[in-house]
Amino acid sequence: MRSTCLEFKDLTLGYQRHAAVHHLSGVVERGSLTAVVGANGSGKSTLMKGVAGILKPISGSIDAAFRRLAYLPQQSDIDRSFPARVIDLVSLGFWQERGLLGRITRSDKTRLFACLAAVGLSGFETRSLDSLSGGQMQRALFARTMLQDADLILLDEPFNAVDERTIRDLLALIRQWADEGRTILCVLHDHALVKSHFPQTLLMARKPVAWGRTADVMTPDHLSAARTFQEAWDENAGWCEEPAPALLPQPAEDLLHDRDVARRAAHV
Amino acid sequence: MFEWLVSPFLEYGFMQRALLGSLVLSVSCAPVGVFLMLRRMSLTGDAMSHAILPGAAIGFLLFGLEIMPMTIGGLVVGLLVALGSGFVSRFTVQKEDASMAAFYLISLAVGVLLVSWRGSSVDLMHVLFGSVLALNDEALALILGIAVVTFLALGIFWRALVAECLDPLFLRSVSRIGGPTHVLFLVLVVLNLVGGFQALGTLLSVGLMMLPAVASRFWSNDVRALCGIAIAIAVVSSLGGLLLSYHASMPSGPAIIMVAGVAYLFSALFGRRGVLASALPSRRHTSA
Repeated sequence: MRSTCLEFKDLTLGYQRHAAVHHLSGVVERGSLTAVVGANGSGKSTLMKGVAGILKPISGSIDAAFRRLAYLPQQSDIDRSFPARVIDLVSLGFWQERGLLGRITRSDKTRLFACLAAVGLSGFETRSLDSLSGGQMQRALFARTMLQDADLILLDEPFNAVDERTIRDLLALIRQWADEGRTILCVLHDHALVKSHFPQTLLMARKPVAWGRTADVMTPDHLSAARTFQEAWDENAGWCEEPAPALLPQPAEDLLHDRDVARRAAHV
Repeated sequence: MFEWLVSPFLEYGFMQRALLGSLVLSVSCAPVGVFLMLRRMSLTGDAMSHAILPGAAIGFLLFGLEIMPMTIGGLVVGLLVALGSGFVSRFTVQKEDASMAAFYLISLAVGVLLVSWRGSSVDLMHVLFGSVLALNDEALALILGIAVVTFLALGIFWRALVAECLDPLFLRSVSRIGGPTHVLFLVLVVLNLVGGFQALGTLLSVGLMMLPAVASRFWSNDVRALCGIAIAIAVVSSLGGLLLSYHASMPSGPAIIMVAGVAYLFSALFGRRGVLASALPSRRHTSA
C-alpha cells in the first residue's frame, strides 16, 4: 500500500469558475491526523467537498488512494427538522456496503448499536432528530462516520455548537480512529485544540498559507498572513495568472521570506 | 346513516368508479405530497399542476376530450417545466423556486391561450376542474397504473429519497444517485398530477397531494407514519367529498378538496403537534 493517501496537484476548486481554493499542492500521508484551519471563507469546507468528490476541480487534480471515504458535513447542511429517528440517520452509514436496496442484516444492526454505544447514545435509537441537542446530534453523526468504517475520514467543523464534554468524548474517538491507522482531515476553529490534539495542520487562506507540523504552522506570522486575504466573492476578479507554487508542505521559511505573501494571498 | 353512507356507491356505477378512482389516487398522491413537503417544495406541486395545462390543452386540441393524448401532453410539458427550471437554477445563481415560478407562469399562460383559442368554456372547465364522476375505464386504468409505478418507485428509492432530504451532501459523498433520484421524484410528481387532473382537474389535483400530507405533519414525526396518515386523510377526504357531492349536489372535485381542507384545519388545531398542543400554557412538563 502506498504511504500517501491524498496528493493535491495544483488543485483549484470553486463555484462557477470563481476559485474558493486555488493552487493547493501537497500530500496527505496515510494515517496522518491533520487539522484544517483558516478564517471563514478561506476554502476549508470547499476543500472537504473536493476531496469527497462532491466538487470537481476547476483545474489541477487530487490523486486519491483510499479504500473508503467517510464525510461528515457541517451540521448546518443537515436538515434536523426532517422526521427521522436517530437510527435512520446513523444507518445511512451502511450505504457504501448495502447501497440502495441491500438488506440491513442482524449483524449490521449489532454493529450499529455498538457504534451508538461508543458515542454514548445507547437508548437513543428511536429518538427523533429534532429532540436531540446539538451535542447529541454530533454524537449521532460520529456514530454514522464510525459505522462507515472508512480509511479516510473528513470532518467539517464537528465541534461547532457542541459542549466541552462532548468535544472531549469526540476527540477521544478521533484519537482512536487515528491510532487505528485511519487518515483524518478535520476542519477546526479552536487553535488551542489544534495545538494540543492534531500533529499536522494545513492553514488556509484560499490557498495554503502553511502546511506541516502543527508547531511549525501555527506561528504568529503564518496566522497573521492567513488573516489578510480577500474574503468576499468578487464578480470582477481578474483571471488568476499565478504560476503553480512549489510542492507543499514546504519549509516554513520559504513563505516567510516571500514578502509578497499577503498580497498574493489577497487576489482571487 | 348506513344508507346515507353506502347506498350511493351500491346503486350507481359512476359513483363506484369515482370512488375507486379517487381512492387509488389518494393512496398514490399522498406519499408523494409528504416528500414534496419534507423537501420544502410544497408550492412546487401547485406550480407544476398549473404547468401541465398547455400539454393537456394541446392533446385536447388535436384529439378532443381523449385521455391518453391529454395525459401524455401534460406529462411532457410538466417534465419540460420541471427539468427546465432545474437546469437554469443549476447553472446560474438563480434559485430553483424563482426559475420554477417563471417557467410555470409562461406555461400557464400558453395553456389558457390554447384552451380558449379553440373550444368552448365547458371544455375549459373540464380541463381546469376535471370530473371524477365521469371516469371511464381508460382513466381508471391510467390512475391505477400511475399508482403502481409510484409505489414501486417509492419503495425502490426510499433510502435515497430520505438521504437526499436529510443529508444531501453525505449522500453525494457516497453515491451518485442523488441527482437521478431528484429527477425521478419530479417525474412522480408530474405523473400523479396528470393522473389527478382527469378526476379533479389541473387546478385541484394538487390538493389531494398536498393537503393530506401537510395535515399529517401535525400528527407524527416519522416519515413512514406520515405517509400512512396522509394516505388515511386522503382516503377519508375522497370518500367524504364524494358523499357530500352526491347528497348536496356539489361539484365533486372541490368537495373532495374541501373535506381535505377541513382535515388540515382540524389537524393544525388539534393535532399532537398542532397549534393548541404547542400554544396552550401548561403547568406540567416532562422530566426529560
